[in-house]
Amino acid sequence: MADGFLIASAFLASAVEFVEALTIVLAAGITRGWRSSLAGLGAATVALAVIVAALGPALTLIPIDALRLVVGGLLLAFGLQWLRKAILRSSGYKALHDEAEIFAREQAEAQAAGREERAGLDWYGFTLAFKGVLLEGLEVAFIVITFGSAQKNIGLAALGAGVALVLVAIVGFRVRGPLTRVPENTLKYAVGVMLTTFGIFWSTEGAGAHWPGDDASLPGVLAFVLLLSFAAVALLRRRRLSFA
Amino acid sequence: MSRLRAFGHFWWDFVVGDDWRAAAGVILAIGATAALVAGGVDAWWLMPVAVAAVLWLSLRRAAT
Repeated sequence: MADGFLIASAFLASAVEFVEALTIVLAAGITRGWRSSLAGLGAATVALAVIVAALGPALTLIPIDALRLVVGGLLLAFGLQWLRKAILRSSGYKALHDEAEIFAREQAEAQAAGREERAGLDWYGFTLAFKGVLLEGLEVAFIVITFGSAQKNIGLAALGAGVALVLVAIVGFRVRGPLTRVPENTLKYAVGVMLTTFGIFWSTEGAGAHWPGDDASLPGVLAFVLLLSFAAVALLRRRRLSFA
Repeated sequence: MSRLRAFGHFWWDFVVGDDWRAAAGVILAIGATAALVAGGVDAWWLMPVAVAAVLWLSLRRAAT
């Protein structure tokens, strides 16, 4: 059961990040040329692969309780950020993430930038795609490494991320535009819930406490976080309407 | 030096984000759980309660 959650979490979190990376690569490719944009994408992918290959096996050498304590704490801090933003978006306190708007902004900035050639590439297009993919990809690498190492199965987490990458790449290639129809805000909400759930579960185990039923309590923690977030959305909506 | 600061800033922003109090609350809750376990209490219930409190306080700060 925990393995299913692991793959689903890595898949959802990675899909969100890959959709955002795709928007940047598309904006760079359309305005600055595909050669520089794809070179930036390739260079960032290599850098990310090196990071995962170096850190992944190193983390598996750390004792599992210590690892779960640190990973759980990091995931919880990280996951609460996602959940908080998702709740604020759902309750109307924060603007919804709009991939079309981001694409238009990136495109306008890329068009306005001057042209500088380095190593036969348009440097702006290369760095825009490289930075975009590296930064979005770092979040994927962080999730794959932390989830995978805490569950002692980096392969499964990488599988979830890999499926997301292939799916977004195929759809992106077919659409050749930002994936505006992907329910990104809902996905971000789901990822926030998943990260917070695993964060609570592992940090508690890492601190030495034992969940009743061990791994079987994971759906219970998930249900708790879901109910908590729904209650927060409802309370904040009511609060916003009462001030309006 | 500025690259080092930028690197540190990136990781701070990445993990802690714009509400350091929430991250501090998480650390305190983990510490309290570990302390209760050391005292013989299997405090598995503490983290969910602490997360609910930390999240709600953080949301209230953001929504005012």
